[in-house]
Amino acid sequence: MRFKDGDRVAVKAAHPPGHVRTPFYIRGKVGVIEHCCGMFPNPEELAYGRPGLPAIPNYRVRFKQKDVWPDYQGHQDDGICVEIYEHWLEPANQ
Amino acid sequence: MRSYHDLGGLPGAPLALAEHTYEPWEKRVDALLVMLIERGVISLDEHRRVHESLGDRAYAELKYYERWMAATANLLIMKGVISIAEIANKMIDVEARLAAGDDCAF
Amino acid sequence: MTHPPKHGGHPHGHDHDHHDHHDHGHHHDSQQPVAPPGYFQLMETVVRELLVEKGLIQPNDIRRAVELMDARTGPARGAKLVARAWLDDEFKARLLADGKAACEEMGFGVGDSKMPADLKVVENTPDTHNVIVCTLCSCYPRFLMGIPPDWYKSRSYRSRVVNEPRKVLQEFGTALPNDVRIVVHDSTADLRYMVLPLRPAGTEGYTEDQLADLITRDALVGVTVVPGPES
Repeated sequence: MRFKDGDRVAVKAAHPPGHVRTPFYIRGKVGVIEHCCGMFPNPEELAYGRPGLPAIPNYRVRFKQKDVWPDYQGHQDDGICVEIYEHWLEPANQ
Repeated sequence: MRSYHDLGGLPGAPLALAEHTYEPWEKRVDALLVMLIERGVISLDEHRRVHESLGDRAYAELKYYERWMAATANLLIMKGVISIAEIANKMIDVEARLAAGDDCAF
Repeated sequence: MTHPPKHGGHPHGHDHDHHDHHDHGHHHDSQQPVAPPGYFQLMETVVRELLVEKGLIQPNDIRRAVELMDARTGPARGAKLVARAWLDDEFKARLLADGKAACEEMGFGVGDSKMPADLKVVENTPDTHNVIVCTLCSCYPRFLMGIPPDWYKSRSYRSRVVNEPRKVLQEFGTALPNDVRIVVHDSTADLRYMVLPLRPAGTEGYTEDQLADLITRDALVGVTVVPGPES
């Protein structure tokens, strides 16, 4: 596993076609690894009837809402947690 | 470009909180999908992919279980489980039975 | 199976909840409706009968599955988990650490094929309120809470709860104090989520069953809090 709890990570700002489980709104955003949820076959491959192996880590990543939405109206500590597969994540600078 | 099923953050209308009673055919669509996944005929991920590929008009205009059924049927065709010809012949048969008063429920 | 779209992928001008949309005759431009009424209802019968003919399902399989679905409606199991957690701190710790194991402890989901890969229970506290969504489809912990409500699956909820959760909660009549932060959980992978709501005041001395009776599905999704006995 590439990341541990507490690591700052950036979601790749990529827009490939196909069945992707990384929501559009979170791409390019920076958050913190909350927890590794385990190893799973890649859904992008499972979607085409392929086995999606080897299994890849999936992480729950927490973001601050004000870092995700430019004009977010809410508490400054509001957050959003999204599960993201490892190949969508890069280390982010502090 | 954002896929049309990927809705997070898009503008939206106030929620409609009324809940509809599930019709028997909708429950059957639900049960059928779960069963096909349990039995390894299809996977949930494949079903999601096909569901996401029905076209933006279908996604916006068909009801939830209509989309699910469309995706199930399309996926079974793609995987060669049932053929288009089989579906066509069975549709003619079922339509005739419905016209004759059979509810074709089970 | 459906007519290919004649225009690009831009969203429609009106955003009604399509569960109330029985009128397939409404047109955009001069295009035909996407499908005649009842087409997919017919398709359900067609596909089911073909699968029975091919031996992939038995004639009574779907009937039995629907009966089971009807028997297990509503959030009873989810409510039981919460009620026990409110009364038993050690169980609560186990529930928060490993939701699936806690469910198996209660006899929920063992051998149940709707059991997801894992369950994450997120705890509401005096300073944090959690709310669950699946923006990409409609993932929901059905083995604990039954079939999701229409609004959970709607375009409106899936679009708006991620970036304006307070406004969405207000539509359910939920007004959180300003100093409470909201955390939204978007279940994009194989985990399913459930909220562990705050125990309401005025429930001292309640039994587990009495507590479970107070707990609503909406509180387990996080769009409301559990009402106290005076409500």
